Amino acid sequence: MTLPVAKTYKHYIGGKFPRSESGRAFQPSGNPDINVTRGSRKDLREAVLAARKGLASWSGATSYLRGQILYRIAEMLESRREAMQAELRLGGATAAEARKELDAAIALTVWYAGLSDKLQTLLGSQNEVQGPFFAFSTVEPTGVIGVVAPDGPALTGLLALVLPVLVGGNAVIAVPSASAPFAGLALGEVCASSDVPGGALNIVAGQRAELAPQLAAHRDVDGLFVAGKPDAELTAAGADNLKRTRFCTLPAKDWRDPKLLRALSWVEPFVEVKALWHPVAP
Amino acid sequence: MSKETEKSNDAAAASATGSHALQFGTAWQYESATEGTDHFEIAERYDLFVDGEFVAPQSGEYFATINPATGEPLCEVASANAADVDRAVAAAKAALPGWKRKSGDERARYLFRIARILQERAREFACLETLDNGKPIAETRDVDVPLAAQHFFYHAGWADKLDLLFPGRVPVPVGVIGQVIPWNFPLLMAAWKIAPALAGGNTVVLKPAETSPLTALRLAEVFQQAGLPAGVVNFVTGDGATGQALVRHPDLDKVAFTGSTEVGKDIQQAVAGRGVDLTLELGGKAAHIVFEDAAIDQAVEGVVRGIFFNQGHVCCAGSRLLVQESVHDLFVRKLARRMERIRVGNPLDKNTDMGAIHSAAQLARIEELVAAGVDEGATLHQSSCELPGQGFWFAPTMFTNVALSHRIAREEIFGPVLSVLTFRTPEEAVEKANNTSYGLSAGIWTDKGARILWLADRLRAGVVWNNTFNRFDAASPFGGFKESGFGREGGRAGMRAYVRLQDGLSAG
Repeated sequence: MTLPVAKTYKHYIGGKFPRSESGRAFQPSGNPDINVTRGSRKDLREAVLAARKGLASWSGATSYLRGQILYRIAEMLESRREAMQAELRLGGATAAEARKELDAAIALTVWYAGLSDKLQTLLGSQNEVQGPFFAFSTVEPTGVIGVVAPDGPALTGLLALVLPVLVGGNAVIAVPSASAPFAGLALGEVCASSDVPGGALNIVAGQRAELAPQLAAHRDVDGLFVAGKPDAELTAAGADNLKRTRFCTLPAKDWRDPKLLRALSWVEPFVEVKALWHPVAP
Repeated sequence: MSKETEKSNDAAAASATGSHALQFGTAWQYESATEGTDHFEIAERYDLFVDGEFVAPQSGEYFATINPATGEPLCEVASANAADVDRAVAAAKAALPGWKRKSGDERARYLFRIARILQERAREFACLETLDNGKPIAETRDVDVPLAAQHFFYHAGWADKLDLLFPGRVPVPVGVIGQVIPWNFPLLMAAWKIAPALAGGNTVVLKPAETSPLTALRLAEVFQQAGLPAGVVNFVTGDGATGQALVRHPDLDKVAFTGSTEVGKDIQQAVAGRGVDLTLELGGKAAHIVFEDAAIDQAVEGVVRGIFFNQGHVCCAGSRLLVQESVHDLFVRKLARRMERIRVGNPLDKNTDMGAIHSAAQLARIEELVAAGVDEGATLHQSSCELPGQGFWFAPTMFTNVALSHRIAREEIFGPVLSVLTFRTPEEAVEKANNTSYGLSAGIWTDKGARILWLADRLRAGVVWNNTFNRFDAASPFGGFKESGFGREGGRAGMRAYVRLQDGLSAG
């Protein structure tokens, strides 16, 4: 039998797959035989620069195009079903769990793909002000958002936080599960073949305890979406640039509930409402 | 630029230089038209409003609130210490279950009633606001008080329709809300904060600004008159220490603050990790962008309204003017001429355009930044108007030759001081307008519809006024991008900030 070619698990930054500049690796608890590149503060800085660039193309695209690209992610997940299930199993999922999770991941992605060109309809409005003005409000992306995924489920947990942020037109720097980062990193490979502009989604693997505070303290990160209970240190570190910070406190079982994860209200913290006024006159 | 515009601009330029300007000398002066204030009383001393009653502070201390137009004290107001704040929060907490239990219909009826009483007592509120704040009676009468009433009326209508606003979700009250408001729109800010909170089924402890507490305390009388259940709204007056005690109180479920960015950041740190919802409406350094094809005279009026409204004590004031290079000289001449005609003086006079600077401290801040502008090499233009001998006053002021790096182009002055910069292309205008850590508001003046929408899309600001400025309405969301804060007040987005949707998310 031929020796299989093992994959090197690397970050996904600016559309490329770099190793950590730190040269470090870690062995995920879900599969300690595999070395995964271990993100550093410098890697996050690179990711923020890439995300700024990605933000321009991603937020500049039409909502319809963004929706199609998100749908393309679902297509790629479907066509790589076997491979993605294998990544989930590497992280410790059983075959049945992996199959179920992939179904959920695809369904969630399709739901958000279809939400993309309805955000203004759902969250914007014409404002009935007193006086002769045409007044309306729209929603716009907040900017570059840090996402810290739950430890599990490895793929839907990550997508559940990333998709509402992406659909709002933001660029994302995501830290996947540390115990099972394989499927999360493979999402980068999916995005790379889905016309996601380089830098719109960046995935930096590593230790949550190390990376989350660095994302929180970075002044060019505009928001932070973290799985877990409210964390005073993260919020306080983000206050320096008034980061929009939200925690997702769903218990582990609910991370598999599609009803809860399909959430317009999860989009809201990372869009900014802009009110416009113009006089009406003959 | 069209031929016609050129012609009219030439004519305007000629008149702006004074060659054809009508000269009346002193023949046509405005008679004084002072609004009477004998129809209401100001008590000698005001206590805290806790659990539906006015109660003496446990601190035992009172402080004076003064009329900025004279520097004379108006009355004494209670100073709430930590124990007083505790008592107020306890009252709000005790009132919460009963208020939550009331149907939306019933909450709506209280709010409608409050709106009506405010309209009935409009003149009293307008006069009192002018006395305590220093802003002109024309503004309190036409802006502050009617808008405050509208906020109660508007949100009354949401109280029984929250299920329509958030389809598929069950909106529930956030809980006990601590609110801290600034001195620039004392009654209006109280209404912005209290009306959506009550509509959402929450109870409130609000701290009015130290230097302008009187209209909030009179609003407490309106609540009594409306029969609002005790403890649903409580007022604690005091200085920064009272505010600190309030926002740090462990029994709050949400903090809503309007004020400086510095204090906003401090509050976000203070409540971090407690799952406390937060709305912050902070500072601004708005750009007013004027293109050569704009209706120039209207733009001049808009810029004047943008910076001199409320003595420039407005977080969304258009404090930076970006004017297209080709019309800079003309525009500045017209502005200088218009500025000269702003009537500064007795705020109770119905002809007054600009009243008193709110406090000695704010006057010192304005003077410091204006001195910095002169030191850094900008050119100072100031109205030659006569300023009253007592109280706190500052003449309408404009700087030209301002660079983006100047303090007067970067820091919030919060006074009647305009900094003029130039641009050549729309791209440069966007770049300069966005070159600030703030993002509260922006103004665009051009005749081209497509250009307005192009710019509006690119300006990182929560409110964009096009061919108008400084418009406010309960139905239109107000709030900032970037370091101007987060959360909105008004409209759907404003109501959203006062309910929770049980969606698994928690604030920091």
